Amino acid sequence: MCGIVGLFLKNRSLESNLGRLTSLMLRELCDRGPDSAGFAVYGGETEGTTKICMVNRDGAVDWSATAKKLAAAIGADVAVERIEDHAILRTSGAGDTARKWLIDHVPAAYVLSQGQSIEIFKGVGDPAAIVDRLDLERRSGTHAIGHTRMATESAVTVAGSHPFSTGDDTCLVHNGSLSNHNRLREQLVRHGERFQTDNDSEVAAAYLASRMRQGDTLEQALENGLKDLDGFYTFVVGTRDGFAVIRDPVACKPAVIAETDDWVAMASEYRAIAPLPGVEHAEMWEPAPATVYAWSHAA
Amino acid sequence: MTQASPIARVPRNSALDLAEMSLREVNQLLHDNSVGDFLIRNPRGAHALACGLDGDLNVTIDGHVGYYCAGMNKRAHVTVNGNAGTGLAENMMSGFVHVKGDASQSAGATGCGGLLVIDGNASARCGIALRGLDIVVKGSVGHMSAFMAQAGTIVVLGDAGDALGDSLYEAKLFVRGAVKSLGADCVQKAVRDEHKAALRKLLDAAGVGGDVDVAEFRRYGSARQLYHFHVDNAGQY
Repeated sequence: MCGIVGLFLKNRSLESNLGRLTSLMLRELCDRGPDSAGFAVYGGETEGTTKICMVNRDGAVDWSATAKKLAAAIGADVAVERIEDHAILRTSGAGDTARKWLIDHVPAAYVLSQGQSIEIFKGVGDPAAIVDRLDLERRSGTHAIGHTRMATESAVTVAGSHPFSTGDDTCLVHNGSLSNHNRLREQLVRHGERFQTDNDSEVAAAYLASRMRQGDTLEQALENGLKDLDGFYTFVVGTRDGFAVIRDPVACKPAVIAETDDWVAMASEYRAIAPLPGVEHAEMWEPAPATVYAWSHAA
Repeated sequence: MTQASPIARVPRNSALDLAEMSLREVNQLLHDNSVGDFLIRNPRGAHALACGLDGDLNVTIDGHVGYYCAGMNKRAHVTVNGNAGTGLAENMMSGFVHVKGDASQSAGATGCGGLLVIDGNASARCGIALRGLDIVVKGSVGHMSAFMAQAGTIVVLGDAGDALGDSLYEAKLFVRGAVKSLGADCVQKAVRDEHKAALRKLLDAAGVGGDVDVAEFRRYGSARQLYHFHVDNAGQY
């Protein structure tokens, strides 16, 4: 069991409330995933700037020194913003190159995300405490996805917490378990994907990112996933412009979607949607098995 | 022939507010009463609400409920003015449960008796392992509905998803719309007069008007090839 939520704002005047509303949703699902939690918030873009989110693996990291070394390695300026045990590095340099350099040269930290829009934060322990400590409520943005974890497939660590991101502005949260992730990981590694955990969900994230790099749209990548990913899942996948929801064909893992004129919300259970404003007028349905539901600001 | 619809019973509405009382307090209060009418407000997707009732209670829940609502229900009438989560009326023994919205997966699972009415759709595995409960779904049901259902009746006014009635025992299935596919050992059967009469009685009890013609339904049941031991298969064991 895990809890997942997604919130996509159709009404842009709500953007300053994104973090507050997402935290209301996540708090309702603490008991579905009491061992760790995380969230991705999309927004705060600056033209030509890539954000790279990182978190300490153990002990302190000298983020200023890391930024200087990274700047020298990629030949571009790097600025640092520290948030608790996290850091956001901002650079005009190439995000992919920066991410690879950081994974190789900063073993004391994990790279959580890279992109123009995405910021990912994670922690171990009570989800409500993580939401408070990392100040989700004060964050604004266009859309967010979140996860509360009850670990089944790999260790309870900050890196094993969701969301998982391996591609530009792409991330995934997963409720379920995959059975063919080891073989798929080997194939993806051969194609140049970098992994930081033994987690099955990270393989799904890398698979989708890899498909999209090869030219798939998000919808096409998810439909290909129906053939290539074996196991139980409800996924929410975030991209720069929106998010998509898909359940495996057996659809054991729960999901409910609600939509109003102002927002689209997805959650493992309705109780996470219940606190949202205007929910009494929402159109609400359970997503059908093996069907992609997607929303985007780009359309 | 027509019996009074249980839906016509109007509760007196002693209100219990889940914004002010805990779930446990509300359920305990319902357990402590063998008769009475209760209106429950602000369910906000709570789990196991009105579970394990055993009495001549009328319980109306105003809003959407979470998992296992009205599970193990005996005698009580439970109405949900909203949607229900997984395992609605699971293992229901008797009484009447009426959901005015949609129900999530495994509605009426293992139910032994009584009547469950869902005005909207029920998703996957509706009536799984059914053991005597009657279920009327006014919308459609999802895949694997009536899986291994032993006794009772499932009536679907809309469509049924994949693998309806897989490994079915003796439950009776009636579907008015399209069936995407039948599960192993589930076959269409002739609708005889006694089936039409039984179906009419169930539709009446569920508050479905006479404008729904029993002649529009197809009946499905077990081919009985799977659940008896067959000597030709001895080598498989």
